[in-house]
Amino acid sequence: MTDLTSFSAAELAGLVARGESSAVEVTQAHLDRISAVDDRVHAFLHVDTEGALDAARDVDSRRAAGEPLGPLAGVPVAVKDVLTTKGVPTTAGSKILADWRPPYDSTIVRRLRAAGTVMLGKTNMDEFAMGSSTEYSAFGPTHNPWDLSRIPGGSGGGSSAALAAYETPLSIGSDTGGSIRQPGAVTGTVGVKPTYGGTSRYGLIAFSSSLDTPGPCARTVLDAALLHEVIGGHDPLDSTSIPAPVPDVVAAARLGASGDLTGVRLGVVREFAGEGAEPGVLAAFRAAVETLTKLGAEVVEVSCPHFQYALPAYYLIAPSECSSNLARFDGVRFGLRVGDDGIRSLEEVMSATREAGFGPEVKRRVMLGTYALSSGYYDAYYGQAQKVRTLISRDFTTAFDQVDALISPTTPFVAFQVGARTADPYQMYLADLFTIPSNLYGGPGISVPCGLADGLPVGLQVMAPTMADDRMYRVAAALESAVGPFTPPAL
Amino acid sequence: MTTTLPAYDEVVARYEPVIGLETHVELGTNTKMFCGCPTDFGGAPNTRVCPVCLGLPGSLPVANRAAVEATIRIGLALNCSIAQWCRFARKNYYYPDMPKNYQISQYDEPLCVDGYLDVEVNGEPVRISIERVHMEEDTGKTLHVGGATGRIHGATESLVDYNRAGIPLVEIVTKPIPGAGAMAPEVARAYVTELRDVLRSLGVSDVRMEEGSLRCDVNTSLNLPGEQWGTRTETKNVNSLRSVERAVRSEMIRQASVLAAGGRITQETRHFHEDTGDTTSGRSKETATDYRYFPEPDLVPIAPDPTWVAELKAALPELPRLHRRRLQQEWGLSDPDMQSILNAGAVELIEATIAAGATPTAARKWWLGELSRRANETGVELADIGATPVQVAELQGLVDAGKLTDKLARTVLEHVVAGEGSPAKIMADRKLEVVSDTGALTAAVDEAIAANPAIADKVRGGKVAAAGALVGAVMKTTRGQADAKTVRELILERLGVQG
Repeated sequence: MTDLTSFSAAELAGLVARGESSAVEVTQAHLDRISAVDDRVHAFLHVDTEGALDAARDVDSRRAAGEPLGPLAGVPVAVKDVLTTKGVPTTAGSKILADWRPPYDSTIVRRLRAAGTVMLGKTNMDEFAMGSSTEYSAFGPTHNPWDLSRIPGGSGGGSSAALAAYETPLSIGSDTGGSIRQPGAVTGTVGVKPTYGGTSRYGLIAFSSSLDTPGPCARTVLDAALLHEVIGGHDPLDSTSIPAPVPDVVAAARLGASGDLTGVRLGVVREFAGEGAEPGVLAAFRAAVETLTKLGAEVVEVSCPHFQYALPAYYLIAPSECSSNLARFDGVRFGLRVGDDGIRSLEEVMSATREAGFGPEVKRRVMLGTYALSSGYYDAYYGQAQKVRTLISRDFTTAFDQVDALISPTTPFVAFQVGARTADPYQMYLADLFTIPSNLYGGPGISVPCGLADGLPVGLQVMAPTMADDRMYRVAAALESAVGPFTPPAL
Repeated sequence: MTTTLPAYDEVVARYEPVIGLETHVELGTNTKMFCGCPTDFGGAPNTRVCPVCLGLPGSLPVANRAAVEATIRIGLALNCSIAQWCRFARKNYYYPDMPKNYQISQYDEPLCVDGYLDVEVNGEPVRISIERVHMEEDTGKTLHVGGATGRIHGATESLVDYNRAGIPLVEIVTKPIPGAGAMAPEVARAYVTELRDVLRSLGVSDVRMEEGSLRCDVNTSLNLPGEQWGTRTETKNVNSLRSVERAVRSEMIRQASVLAAGGRITQETRHFHEDTGDTTSGRSKETATDYRYFPEPDLVPIAPDPTWVAELKAALPELPRLHRRRLQQEWGLSDPDMQSILNAGAVELIEATIAAGATPTAARKWWLGELSRRANETGVELADIGATPVQVAELQGLVDAGKLTDKLARTVLEHVVAGEGSPAKIMADRKLEVVSDTGALTAAVDEAIAANPAIADKVRGGKVAAAGALVGAVMKTTRGQADAKTVRELILERLGVQG
């Protein structure tokens, strides 16, 4: 019998629906795989064995009773540890929440449960989603299944590495500047940042509220679309959630899988197709462009002149919002409390708690943001960055007058060695150079494997207009049908 | 500092005050500003909370439409422009009663701007300019245990109740009010009184200053005539209308004494003390907290539909000032008579008494007469005197029916105020009803005639005025519960004399 962990989510859902495998068998196979490899990968911070098996048994008994099952019933999913899970530890990769068990489920987790998926556990991440390598997790780094000495990207390295290690067929990430797409690219998996407001942020521990976007991660474009459909759509608990139906991403993925892109106009972002990326990445990208042309797409070059300011604008907006969002971690109501000895004042306890609870990258960004918002500096920093944000959005809308979608490499470099970029924050920040513009604009982006460079995966990014997520699924599915598969070496 | 304070007359002879008022109103919505928790007063600590109002990681606010509507209605009643587009902002500062360590408020883009409220001070109209009306969320309540002062300094423990956290608040800010001179304290009081009445007429809040659903901060500064405005202080903990007036007056006197001694005024928060009537220094604002305001990214901007705003405007109730004018006409009162009702704070009480069946004259007589006198004597607000409009109307009904004399009615009212129940019940329980049983009365009259034969003869002989002594005797035996007029008629009848 073929190992159940090698199947796609779509296949597993079919096996369960037809009764060829039970949800418990599927779940147990993935739990066994986690037991076998996760001491080396470290994709998971918490494995909810009992919860997963309970959920699987529930699916099996509902099927036995003839009750209707959701499209992904019985399929395992791993959730980035930034989404609240009722009664299940939720740390956001930080010591300050090491022992926190939320009293409520995030909307996405609630929808996952309602769809009959089986939550295996919570995946590793850079602390509060701040980082591009998962090395800033307070609980140790995750390793890339393609080469365990390399990083799996970040901040959602755990969710992507778990896919590449066949520990789960589906996972959830969150993307503030590239935290889904960039790990997807360097682990050879699919990562989707939906339209901002297309997936609910309720229960997503905030890093930068105006940028944070939860989204699906999978090994195939169709699986990502199936997961997207389950988690997406309007949520009255999130004021910024868009009151409109989820674009038909599943149909688009199926259409794309036919390998025909006739009539589709794609724009190569000129500013991201030259210097700034490793030669191996550029070579794989150019080959992918040729493939897309062969599939019938018309590919033109498009200039987005303000994209070069995206990174600095992002590093003012995201830290500013995070400095405020992280203020609630003070030891008063939940999480870590340090120095409450009856002698220290309240302020001293708050201060000691934050000093002990936050890691260096979080502190750096809180300080950056506090400075950027202070009286007298606001206009020059936060205010100016918001103007740049408007200009970048205009670049997108102008480009989408000419083309259906934009394409670029997902990230400038392949997975680097653990420790290679932690000494210089700016070198780390460059990992998100190509993904940040979509966050500032609010439109969707997908990373799909497009080739290998030195034996390591390279991702191609497709960016679409807001609420046109289906367009990028079609392009990504078409490319997927024509290249690969890219399978990591056995662990 | 100085030991003797200058007299108020000296202060206003030398300095010109500028005042300003910031009023916080707790809205009476069913649920909190950004979540579905109930807002009712009371409840065991930390029972009316959820992930949102506790600021738990991952939770998000969603604006309460009813609160937005109430704020727009307040803005319209205060003649403000309603913004076509506005946003919430985060005000960042650390305090344990702030669940998120920022307060969701409005900063440079408030919902309502540039209005005014017309008030009357001693019969003169004064227009108070309103700068802005904006929405925000209330904080929790902190209880500091173990310290001497109840303040955080010196406390060994701090307990926080988040039931109040997230209750919708509206802040109404006046523009600076110069030129009030000696009348500044009265102007401040008149403004808050009128504002309270407007808010009450809108039904958006129960506006109870004592319970904190209406809170007022008073800004005060002094300057020499012709010079620029002085440094202002902000007085908090002003919990009654009377305190508003006292706080302004006391702060004017204090500032004048500092200035007269060559000192300078520190920009600071001061606390008003109800018992002493003066203010003490709170935290200094010179090392002002940098609140790092920025637009709240968790909430979409508010863009009220102009049609909706127009509907709300058309549906506003009659505002208090116009209402009063109408009542004055209906009651047929002169300006001074109406003014005395206003001064006594008796408009609504009289209105309700009339609604319960009394005539305007009778209602006014009781509230401005006996009840006002008692309120003054005991130092309580007329509305809190202990008698309700319904009871007063009932009392007057008993007088009109001849069951109580005026004098007896006052006695009954005394017991009503003491909380003994309805006038009819008190009358029955205490046997205060006029003796109208003719048999009993005739017996008393015959007894009086028999006991005073000489006087009876005089009356029989035509000296009708002498009957007064017999009336007095009868009243004595009936302990004042007989109607003197009836007694007199009965005596004359028994003696065969025409009255």
